[in-house]
Amino acid sequence: MDTFIQLTVDGLTIGSVYALIALGYTLVYGVLKLLNFAHGDVFMVGTFIGFGMLQLLGGTSHPVVPVWLLLTLMVAAGMAGCAALGVAIERFAYRPLRDAPRIAPLISALGVSFFLANSMQLLFGAQPRNYDIFTLDNASLYTKGIDIGNVHIALLRVITIVSALVLMILLWFLVNRTRTGKAMRATSYDREAASMMGINIDRVIVFTFVLGSALAGAGGVLQSLRVPTTVAIGFVTGLKGFTAAVIGGIGSIPGAMAGGLLLGFAESYAQGYISTKWSDLIVFSILIAFMIFRPQGLLGRADIRKV
Amino acid sequence: MSDSTPHGTHEGPAVGQDEWVARHAEHRATHGRLYTALEARVRRIPWWAGLILFLAAFSLLPVFETSGYVRRVGFDTVIYMLLALGLNVVVGWGGLLDLGFVAFYGIGAYTYAILDSPKFGYHTPTPFAILIVVLVGAVAGLLVGLPSRRLTGDYLAIVTLFFLQLFQTVMTNGDRFAGMFSAASVVSKMSVVPLFGLVTMIGDASATLSNGILNVDPFHLFGHKLAVQHGGVFAVAYLYVALAFFAVVFVALRFVNHSRTGRAWRSLREDPLAAEAMGMPVNWLKLMSFAFGAGVAALTGSLFAALNASVFPLTFYFVLLITVYTMVILGGSGSQSGVVLGALIVSPLLEMLRDPSKSRLIFFIALAVGLIWAARRSRALATVAIATVAFGFLVHELARAIDSSWVAGENAGGFQGVVDHWVVAPATLARWIPPLTYIGVLCLLLLLTTLRGVLRLVVLVPTLYLGAFVWENVMLSKPEPARYIVLGLILIALMILRPNGLLGERRVEIV
Repeated sequence: MDTFIQLTVDGLTIGSVYALIALGYTLVYGVLKLLNFAHGDVFMVGTFIGFGMLQLLGGTSHPVVPVWLLLTLMVAAGMAGCAALGVAIERFAYRPLRDAPRIAPLISALGVSFFLANSMQLLFGAQPRNYDIFTLDNASLYTKGIDIGNVHIALLRVITIVSALVLMILLWFLVNRTRTGKAMRATSYDREAASMMGINIDRVIVFTFVLGSALAGAGGVLQSLRVPTTVAIGFVTGLKGFTAAVIGGIGSIPGAMAGGLLLGFAESYAQGYISTKWSDLIVFSILIAFMIFRPQGLLGRADIRKV
Repeated sequence: MSDSTPHGTHEGPAVGQDEWVARHAEHRATHGRLYTALEARVRRIPWWAGLILFLAAFSLLPVFETSGYVRRVGFDTVIYMLLALGLNVVVGWGGLLDLGFVAFYGIGAYTYAILDSPKFGYHTPTPFAILIVVLVGAVAGLLVGLPSRRLTGDYLAIVTLFFLQLFQTVMTNGDRFAGMFSAASVVSKMSVVPLFGLVTMIGDASATLSNGILNVDPFHLFGHKLAVQHGGVFAVAYLYVALAFFAVVFVALRFVNHSRTGRAWRSLREDPLAAEAMGMPVNWLKLMSFAFGAGVAALTGSLFAALNASVFPLTFYFVLLITVYTMVILGGSGSQSGVVLGALIVSPLLEMLRDPSKSRLIFFIALAVGLIWAARRSRALATVAIATVAFGFLVHELARAIDSSWVAGENAGGFQGVVDHWVVAPATLARWIPPLTYIGVLCLLLLLTTLRGVLRLVVLVPTLYLGAFVWENVMLSKPEPARYIVLGLILIALMILRPNGLLGERRVEIV
């Protein structure tokens, strides 16, 4: 039972990060009907921005600001940096191709992903980076926390889950309760009609990229608090984020959240009960199963193609 | 080689051509007169004459080049040409975005290695081995293509990408299949072990880190072995074997493309719905194109395994995938001669980018060609070129005046000397310089897209100069990521500027 609780908390932690990534896929897909292959690499850049911010503020051994401010600043920097990157990617790689055949932006996205991963390797090298949170404030993020029975849930995990949750609630509010959100939903529903109603499509698309990339940046920093990062993680993380988005039903925001959590649980239980080496494989089999048997995902709408 | 697309020789808008495409072609006919005339001239050569000329020219390579390295690059280029031909079947003709393509190449290499290596002790005669390899590849292609019946576009892309990931995982962890179920777990008590006994053998205990198969036999027939090394250097024989493979595959695929199936593929690519309405077996056609592409890839894999005498999983991964895609897109997907041309350009380019002095030359040639191409359109851009040169010398002198160590990284002589008196090259780079300048170039480019008129030209000058600075100081020292960055940039730029590639037909998607 203890193992089960531990694994569930693990799954929740991993899953909340996956959900953040999946939201980026889903938002962009909803508005542009484009699979943003480069999203995983935006996440990767986010992990490095967080690392840079940490070093700038004195590193984990001698931070110049209080711990809570340090973490907030890191997440904020990751979000801001990735948002800027998202804008640049949209401007260079996707906007010129908006009316091109569907295969064109996909290949362009592959190019962007390759470009980002190799640029980061060029500038920062291939060695792994560890935030080394354990040395921060006498390991208080690990020793403090909640105890359920024999299971100790470290404060770090609580912080990850709660901040991901807060971001998701903010996003939900933004999409469902603001004018910009309404414009986004309208664009996603029918781009042409939306533009006829006076919605500035370009601005909506850029805003979508800002939102999605910022969430990926936050996810990157949150994940790297626990796991070391390298320039190569973008590819696999991107695949997993996409899996989460598809499981939940691509284009659906609550779907992406549910899909992320489901994937997190699946991975955590697979690692705990079966094998760490093959957990990726199990995760991907889930995706294939979904693709074949329920392509619209858990919460997505089945798409009827008009002829 | 003539082009394999059907509209090549028509005058005016051809059947099925959209008005926009026709206008584009007209624009090209009036504006790029030299290029169009050349293109028309080239297209009039019969394809078989082109092929024979090309093969003859290529097989003369060892006569003029005695270096084993260059011959080896020639061989690799033929491998790339074969891969590009295979990918062209799926992407160019079938119109299916197959991101698992290199996995079939890997499957081919592994199958050959299993059939012909001391590890398993079969030592199958080469013709049989190759036959089996192609069949295995084609069947694998059929199986992976199965989901394509229900999936379209990006979904298919992602499923095939997962297939590549799956291939990687299985090949890397294959020998640990038995350890998949840890002792403490519940599942380990199920008796599924016999199944994994087979897969355990794929990994190699002697290559613990990267899990490959070693000591693969070279090609052999009736006891004669085609040695890989001849007198210590790369044996030319393999180059000729590879060229023979290439010729066979090229001709075979050409016939397929001009057959019923080929025409059906084209109609499927243009409009699957209409194709289905005309009674074409759409699903079967998709599977066929997967199987053909995979078969060619697997055949190439056997060549690769026989020459390298070993196979490792990481060879068949994302980097290779992007490389082959760049070749196909650059040459023009859908055109056989185009994708061959793409491979002929990209493969040597990647090799040359390894070498800093050649890499420098390539950069400045590309810069010059780009500017000349742009300046042909307006005089303003010619001014930009001159201004950039002047700006460079000015900055260089300023830097020298402020601190001579900023320009200390230069060593005179030849082309490099000239460049070094233009680009600022510090003896040692501070740690913050590479990221800052690199991101600076990207920011300037972003700024350029928002500016219009004279301001744009003014900003273009420092952008070009900073670009040259980054290339010289940051990218030359690390050729490995730098050349892949170039590859990524080529892909993005191609998609925006010329999605049909060098020799492909421009197409418009019918919605």
